[in-house]
Amino acid sequence: MLQIHAAYKTFNPGTSNEVRALRGVDLKIDEGSFVIVIGSNGSGKSTLQTAIAGGFVLDSGTLTLDGTNITAWPEHRRAAFIGRVFQNPFSGTAPSMSIAENFALAARRGRPRGLGWTLSRSMLREIHDAVHRLNIGLEQRLEQPIGTLSGGQRQALTLLMASWRKPKLLLLDEHTAALDPKSADQVIQLSEEIVARDKLTTLMVTHSMQQATQLGDRLVMMHRGRVIHDFRGADKQRLRVDDLLNRFEDVRRAEQLDESAAEMLQRLYV
Amino acid sequence: MLLLIGAFTIGLILSLLALGVFISFRIFEFPDITADGSITLGGAVAAALIVTGVHPLLASAAAFAAGTVAGTTTGILHTRFKINSLLSGILVMTSLYSVNLHIMGRSNVPLLSERTLASMAESAAQRVLGSGTLHLAGWEVSARDVGVFLLLFGVTVGVSVALYLFFRTNIGTAMQAAGDNAQMIRALGVNVENMIVLGLALSNGLIALAGALLTQYQGFADVQMGIGMVVWGLASVIIGEALVGVRDLGYVIIGAIMGSVLFRLIVALALRGGLDPNDLKLITAVFVFIALVAPRLTRLRRRARPVEG
Repeated sequence: MLQIHAAYKTFNPGTSNEVRALRGVDLKIDEGSFVIVIGSNGSGKSTLQTAIAGGFVLDSGTLTLDGTNITAWPEHRRAAFIGRVFQNPFSGTAPSMSIAENFALAARRGRPRGLGWTLSRSMLREIHDAVHRLNIGLEQRLEQPIGTLSGGQRQALTLLMASWRKPKLLLLDEHTAALDPKSADQVIQLSEEIVARDKLTTLMVTHSMQQATQLGDRLVMMHRGRVIHDFRGADKQRLRVDDLLNRFEDVRRAEQLDESAAEMLQRLYV
Repeated sequence: MLLLIGAFTIGLILSLLALGVFISFRIFEFPDITADGSITLGGAVAAALIVTGVHPLLASAAAFAAGTVAGTTTGILHTRFKINSLLSGILVMTSLYSVNLHIMGRSNVPLLSERTLASMAESAAQRVLGSGTLHLAGWEVSARDVGVFLLLFGVTVGVSVALYLFFRTNIGTAMQAAGDNAQMIRALGVNVENMIVLGLALSNGLIALAGALLTQYQGFADVQMGIGMVVWGLASVIIGEALVGVRDLGYVIIGAIMGSVLFRLIVALALRGGLDPNDLKLITAVFVFIALVAPRLTRLRRRARPVEG
């Protein structure tokens, strides 16, 4: 489905703020799989999502989605295939527009927009049914500006909007990190339901070890712009939070070792 | 009455300017100074065409089209060449000054004996109401004033209904969303840059149409007629928001029209009351300044008030 080949990206090259965010990422995601991406801060996990969505162009490497090379496509063109939920609950919806209008906008994701009526009767009925399934009573308030809702409600609606037209790829970028624990649980549960029901190919970045072990059928651990671990199938199902913490500890120790070794070499030879 | 109906008529014409300013300033938060040039451009194109015998309707449509070209230019400077929004507008506005002089051939084109939308409305009103003056609720008004007023009322209603309907279509909703949350609508497959260009084209088309109508109403086009117009439009939008509050788009459009008419009436009364016309732009700018700052001042004062209990 999605194939990332030798992806490299350096921000602010040649300056003191140089960040080598992606250093040769190779990843192949099968159709219908639910992949969790974890990693410490600066590991490149969010950068990888942005790269797939088209927020910037890769320095080198290729992106292939469903057999189409999308490496050079601008973000709005890739949107035809990709649904996204952002970390910030305010990023995924247009605050001053109504719930119904926001859904109508999502209904035409990646399709041409002409002079057709936005809120036709059939569209309103579809929106009503979709929001009704959330079971939080919002279908009675479709005319209300979406900016008046809480972060949790907005994030649930964004998730519904992103997955509504069954994208070839669903990108979830730490989409519960900014929510209170209760809303976060609800949104996670909803994500699980939707992904399972529609068999969506999903790439989810998370900070939560708990989510990482409970969700998905594959887990990718990133560090310093590279994929360092890749657990699938039974390996993934066996993973516990402690295992992940141990892996992180290993990485940390290996790095310390590198540093002390470098120091020693420097002392000896320079 | 003459004063009132005149103020009403100009207020209606400039409500198209207010709607244009609403699109750029409020929907896109794009401070588009092109308006000063494109309202003159509209007047210049309409006047130049009418003088050569083109039908005034066609001349007004051409003025609208010329305005969309000006807006498109500003939009492209900003989105494709990454020039600051304010500077893009200033560049186009400045270059329009020369363009307008070329279109008109001189700095002022009179239309006194030409057939314009105003003269057509006048003769239509005379056919219906009879020539000369008529009495309306005890006031004496001329057939010309009534005819022109009705015509512009019709144009304003028509344009605002069309605009409202446009913002209810798929592309219009996407345009609003592009101003509201660019990141979101980009992720839904809309080219935000194109939306900004389209929005500025529409905005300046409406403003140029206002210029064409103003030229035909006052009977001349002048290369200076656009100075300060963007502030004027902004003042109308602000008054409109104060009148109806920021709510559904339909109310906002009606508010901008009401704001434009009300502002013109206030100005007409102030001029009647002895205000020096030379001070008009200064007072308009001060008004907009106060309207922009007042909400912040009241907020600050509310915060400064000690908490009771």
